[in-house]
Amino acid sequence: MDEKTELPQIVRIKKIVNENEEMRTFFLDGKIGYNPGQFVMLWIPGVDEKPFSLSYDNPIGITIEKRGKFTENLFNMKVGDKIGIRGPYGNGFKAKSNAVVVAGGCGYAPLATLIERLNNPKVIFGCRTKSRVIFKDRFKKLNPKICTDDGSFGFKGFTSDLLKNVLKEKRFKIVYTCGPEIMMKKIFDICEENKIELQASLERFMKCGFGICGSCACDGMLVCRDGPVFDSAQLRKMKEFGNSAKLKTGEKATLKEYYGWRSE
Amino acid sequence: MLRINLLGVELRNPTVLASGILGTSKGLLARVANSGAGAVTIKSVSKVERAGHNNPTVITFEAGVMNAVGYSNAGLEKSKKEFSGLKDVNAPVIASIIGTTKEDFAYMAKNFLSNEFAAVEIPLSCPHTPGFGVLAGQNTPEATYEITKAVKNNTRLPVIVKLSPITQAIGEIAKAAEKAGADAINMGNTHGPGMIINIDAKKPVLAFKVGGVSGTAIRPITVRCVYDVYESVKIPIIGTGGVMNGKDAVEMLMAGATAVGVGTAIYYRGIDVFEKICKEMEDWMKKNGYKSVNELVGAAHG
Repeated sequence: MDEKTELPQIVRIKKIVNENEEMRTFFLDGKIGYNPGQFVMLWIPGVDEKPFSLSYDNPIGITIEKRGKFTENLFNMKVGDKIGIRGPYGNGFKAKSNAVVVAGGCGYAPLATLIERLNNPKVIFGCRTKSRVIFKDRFKKLNPKICTDDGSFGFKGFTSDLLKNVLKEKRFKIVYTCGPEIMMKKIFDICEENKIELQASLERFMKCGFGICGSCACDGMLVCRDGPVFDSAQLRKMKEFGNSAKLKTGEKATLKEYYGWRSE
Repeated sequence: MLRINLLGVELRNPTVLASGILGTSKGLLARVANSGAGAVTIKSVSKVERAGHNNPTVITFEAGVMNAVGYSNAGLEKSKKEFSGLKDVNAPVIASIIGTTKEDFAYMAKNFLSNEFAAVEIPLSCPHTPGFGVLAGQNTPEATYEITKAVKNNTRLPVIVKLSPITQAIGEIAKAAEKAGADAINMGNTHGPGMIINIDAKKPVLAFKVGGVSGTAIRPITVRCVYDVYESVKIPIIGTGGVMNGKDAVEMLMAGATAVGVGTAIYYRGIDVFEKICKEMEDWMKKNGYKSVNELVGAAHG
């Protein structure tokens, strides 16, 4: 009989930090052995349970954007309130030197603990507009290249534009990315053109989080167990990457429909 | 050593991916087939799409797994598209259809099934989804007879009826299925339902509060049910519930099963648990002088 169990432990919120108008980091008083790129299942008893990466690991913290019912509920919670956490799940990034990190929007959060472990990585961060910028002070020393869709902060344009320029500067060994999948697909294409290895952190709707329900399948791969980090060799074989994602019913929807639904 | 014939189909070994585990897409079915499964079963499909219950839907405890997924599926039309071109899957594919009424089941049989499937399984036994299975009284002998007959009248595929162990009368229910023309029995679905309470949250963990129990905890119950069903009917049995390794599989066959369903074991031993179980079965059979799994079926009787 196996003693392994997938059950939540209850922890308390010990600090809340407003990263910007829509995003907050919840620091929790628990301990979890964690590799950057892994995720945890966060449980609000009586409400729901969803996967999130840790954006800080000592103390553990999760940076969350207010988007729908679950996160709204979370944003109503105060220091001292209880929340459930289980994991960590999935594989993590494999840290290598001479790296570029490309973060899109909330994708900056799963990459943050990786950035802290890398040796002087080149960081690119893009988001929609000035009010959505996060971790400005946290990574100031790395002098990240920042862009916004509307040009209200940093360069006007996309992370893909910035990456193309950065790759001209010198020969990098690896690119790490996390963000909207349409963005990650563009980053993947650029890496293929430049023959540089990529590790991308994907996300899909999850139920069990540990590889048996099949909800998070992307082609024959399980994002919760084979991923969430996938490398170039794997991504080349994944036709659904950049194209489609399964909804809660298991229906394969277009990425546009998927992201529309996730924002409800 | 491991080849069997089930419902007129040749299986390279007697392991079957149980419905509800991983079978949400053709890509995953193909992967499980390539990991050694003798046959694979899709996740159950209903006429109208279902989101299922909120999370937490699947948890594990010291002796197994508990789930209250709630029959999430994309519905008939979209699932039909997903589960087509099944020659891409390197093993026979068993369909699985559900309904709230026998008319629903008949509709699904008529409109969802294609001859790309090797058989169709009708679960009358989910313990945690209102409107279906145990919670809708589908597991009585009468309902089992009616629904099985309705499906048999609407498909040429062999029909497997998946029963619930939550009963005192498993033999009676199996007989009702056989009488209605069932070609095989899958014994069976998850048990319970059970509940796990988190004492710090002071709440049940599963969102639906209760869930079906699977894994090692229920294996003795499944073995006993298979034993009873074998004594009650002549049609073959797929023994599903708690098989983790080769010895468990041999035990299930000796109880009376022709094949073994495997699902929860994937959590404990990985997707290639099918290969592992088959190797372990062969090792045991060689050691004990058996040349074919068929010699094991029902060996614990009489």
